[in-house]
Parts: sequence; structure tokens; C-alpha cells
Amino acid sequence: MTIDELTGNFEFLGDWEERFAYLIELGKKLPPLDESEMVEENRVHGCQATVWLRMLPRNGEPPAFEIRADADAFIVKGLIAVLLLVYSGRTAEQILATDCTGTFARLGLDKHLSPTRRNGLHSMVSRIQALAAETVALNA
Amino acid sequence: MSAPAVIDSLAKRDDFPILRETVNGHPLVYLDNAASSQKPRQVIDAIRRYYEHDNANVHRGIHELSNRATEAYEGARQRVADYLNAGSRDEIIFTRGTTEGLNLVANTWALQNLREGDTILLTEMEHHSNLVPWQMLARRIGAQLDFIEVTGDDGQLDLQWLDEQLARARLLSLTHISNTMGTVNPISEICARARAAGVVTVVDAAQSAGHAPVDVQAIGCDFLAFSGHKTCGPTGIGVLYGRRELLEAMPPYQGGGEMIAKVEYRDVTFNVVPHKFEAGTPNVAGAVGLHAALDYLDAIGREAIFDHDQRLAKRAFERLSGIDGIRLFGPSEGRSGVVSFVLPDAHALDLATMADQKGVALRAGHHCNQPLLAKLGVPATARASFYFYNTEAEVDRFIEVVHDVRKLFA
Repeated sequence: MTIDELTGNFEFLGDWEERFAYLIELGKKLPPLDESEMVEENRVHGCQATVWLRMLPRNGEPPAFEIRADADAFIVKGLIAVLLLVYSGRTAEQILATDCTGTFARLGLDKHLSPTRRNGLHSMVSRIQALAAETVALNA
Repeated sequence: MSAPAVIDSLAKRDDFPILRETVNGHPLVYLDNAASSQKPRQVIDAIRRYYEHDNANVHRGIHELSNRATEAYEGARQRVADYLNAGSRDEIIFTRGTTEGLNLVANTWALQNLREGDTILLTEMEHHSNLVPWQMLARRIGAQLDFIEVTGDDGQLDLQWLDEQLARARLLSLTHISNTMGTVNPISEICARARAAGVVTVVDAAQSAGHAPVDVQAIGCDFLAFSGHKTCGPTGIGVLYGRRELLEAMPPYQGGGEMIAKVEYRDVTFNVVPHKFEAGTPNVAGAVGLHAALDYLDAIGREAIFDHDQRLAKRAFERLSGIDGIRLFGPSEGRSGVVSFVLPDAHALDLATMADQKGVALRAGHHCNQPLLAKLGVPATARASFYFYNTEAEVDRFIEVVHDVRKLFA
């Protein structure tokens, strides 16, 4: 699915109750992490839910990252699915150059997520970009 | 004792303008009262009246408005003393809330009287505000913490070792009613045993002061703290009760205006209690609002409020019990108006988010009680907490919403 398709699906759904239900469905489809990956090293703090996130370099030129993440709450997993649409499969430079604010605004999520949820989302984006920045620094 | 009067919740709701709000297209069902209560018009009007007619600085003016403000502020102090059945209004210190009251005791009485190696006794069900100040103090002076254990999901304190624990402790700080489990602790009995052991007692009454009779002499505690905003009063005002003898001997908390008697460049004489503990211009409007809130609560009757809370919580507890695989926390009998639970399918955060879409305000998370939830092995619980303006129909709506939300996770 692309961001455009996701936006279309969101617009098709009448109200926010249905949109959150759709996020839950997206969350259910998110491939889970293994137990062995749910460790402190992969924890993203600053979220109300318990969130784990991994960035795996993929072979290729330039190398891109596969992002895998999981959470114990399904709406958060749904938001992770949206974040992965934006950031997964991109290079470190692309990740650093991408601001997801616009995407979340297009989906209307900026206004319908609670401030604590927005902080949690921000923590996840910060983690993704920090890991990408480490790669850029290593290759510099 | 005669049964408390039954509260007409529907009539009381008329006093609360905010309860007419709609949320996401649904009538608001506000079930987050353990976090903060709503305010009746009587409280809002009292604050407005104060600012429109009486506002000035207190204790130092010669002019009319300053006199009115001082009378309003000190009148509120007397009202709080009556509300808690304190021996004197001088035993009432205004604070920002329960948190500040507990920090004040930690940084004055406890800092002055505790030594390296002394033991501070707490319980495993304390809110972070009755844990972290003691951790900070313990680190600072080399004291240690000990905990009265929570037996398990039923949320009871394990008191079988209490006397042994008290024999090793110098101070006991504990909650009257648990914000997470809804447990009503046998506070008078515990304080009596502490007193017999020569242990100073601090009671966190944040969850009880607005919901049940709280009489500091009957409880027999040395200190007791509560917050205005959980008792139908405004935010930013709270109360610390302290036994006069202890207050007299304690050093001040913060320095500044109001708390002094005489100041020279290199010397200062402190004011008498309670003013010694109230540096700076106080929250006069907050005290005025709290006064109106306590009048409001006493007009209803605190026995009746507690009875109503318990009835709604019992109804919720019983209906939730029917859900296969649900984990319910706290005692099944004699609980306060707090019901905390974990569903077998929907995460507490997902439940609270979807409930909000349906206009039902719940709390989800660790309830500022991370160590207890870690002990019980749950990352988060959902919590519904009731007050006298909640109705049985709202409990039923809440249960209906829980069932609706669960369908999304089937």
C-alpha cells in the first residue's frame, strides 16, 4: 500500500471511530517481532504503549533500511504501519530528509491523536532518524 | 448508624456545566474522577466572585480589598480545619496539591529528624508522589525504604509483618485509598499501631478526601495531604494537615515573603505556623474555590458520596466480572469508586482510545504506580472511577462500550 492509497482509504471511512478501527486492522496485519527482539535495546521510550523498533540494513546500492517494529497496543501498531509506509525501504539520507508531519496531517491524525500519542509518535520518528544518522556518521 | 441518604445524581449533574459537553458526537460520560473531578457552578462562581469583588494580596494590606482577601483566605483555612476535624486552623497549610504536601513533609520534618540508616516505611501501592519524594530524601541522607507488601490482584496490604516493620521504621507514609486498586486501607488501625511504635505517620488522602469522611483525629495521623482538584475544587490548591507540635518544631519549607516575622540582611526570624510554611503570595482564589467545594461536598454528605461511589463501582465490577479472561484489580467487597482492569483481548490504551470516540472518558496506563503494575506483571490497566454525579445509566453505557470495543479485537 502507498500513502496515497492509505489516504484514500481514510477519506472513504466516514468518521474517526471507523478510522481508528481501520488503524486497529492495520495493526493486526503488522508482522510481529520475535520475542527475542523484544528487548530493552530495541525499546522506544516515551510512548504510553510498550514499543520495540529495529532497523535492518538491506543489501543494495545505496543500502536501504527495513524497519520492523511492534507494540503491545493495536492502535499504536496501526500508527507504526503508517510510519513504515513513510520510512521503511528508504536510505539513511532519505529517512533524514523525510518529515512525516505532512503525511499525518493529510490523514488528519495530527488533530485526532492525543498530545501524549503525538509525543509517542515523535519518539518513534526520533529513534528512526537517530539510527539513520548513526549510519550516515559511520559512512562519513 | 442510619443508612446514608441516596444521592439524586441526575439533579446534581445540573450543577456541573461541563457534564453537558458532547465528545466526538456523544454525550460525555466522565469516568476519570480519580485523576480529577469536575467543578460545580458553586465553585466556579465563588472564584469569579472573588476576582470580581475581593481580589488583593493577603496579610499585609491596610485597605479594604486586602482585608476581604485575607478574610476569604483564612476563612478557607478554617473551613478545611472543620472539614478534616483538625484541632485548629493553624494545623492547616495550603499547598499546590497532595504532591507538594508530601514533598513538604519529606523536606522539613523528615529531613530534620531522619538520619543515615533510618527506615522510611511505605506500601507497594503508593502513587509516585508518595514514593519519589522519599526516594530522593533517602538518597540524600542515606536512609532506606521498606514496603508493606500488596498481596496480589485483590490489592490488599499484607499487614502480618506490620509490627516488625514498624519496629524498624521512623516514618510511615501511606495512602488512604489506592488510586489504582480502589482498596480502602484500614488507616486508623495502621496509624494506631504506628503511634504505639513511635513512628510518625503521613497519610495520602488524595483519593479519599473528596469521597469519604476524613477525620484526622479519628485517623490519628501526624500529617495528611490532599488536593483540591480531586474534591470538586480548583487545580493548584491543596492541603497539608500537620499536628501542631510537629509543625512548631519543623524548619520552614521555602523562603520568601509571608513566612517571615523579621528580616535583617544577615538574619531572619520565621513567622508562626502555619504561615511559616507558606512563602510567597498564596493561591487565594484556589483557597476560596476549595472552600466552596468543601461546602458543596458536605451539603451532599460524604457518607452518601462514598456509598454512591461504592454502589456504582460494585455494579461495574460485577458486570465486568462476566467477561471471560478479564483481570480485575482490587477487592471485590468494600472498594472505593475505582475499578481497574485488563481485558483479555483489547489493550487498555486501545480501549480508552475507542471509548473516547464514543464519549466515554477512561484512564489507561500505569496510573503513576509503575512499581505496583510491574509487580503484578501488567504494563497498563484501564480504569473507570466514579463520583456522585455519575449515574447507573453511565455505568451501563461504559459496560456497553467495553463490549463494543472488544468486537474490534475478536
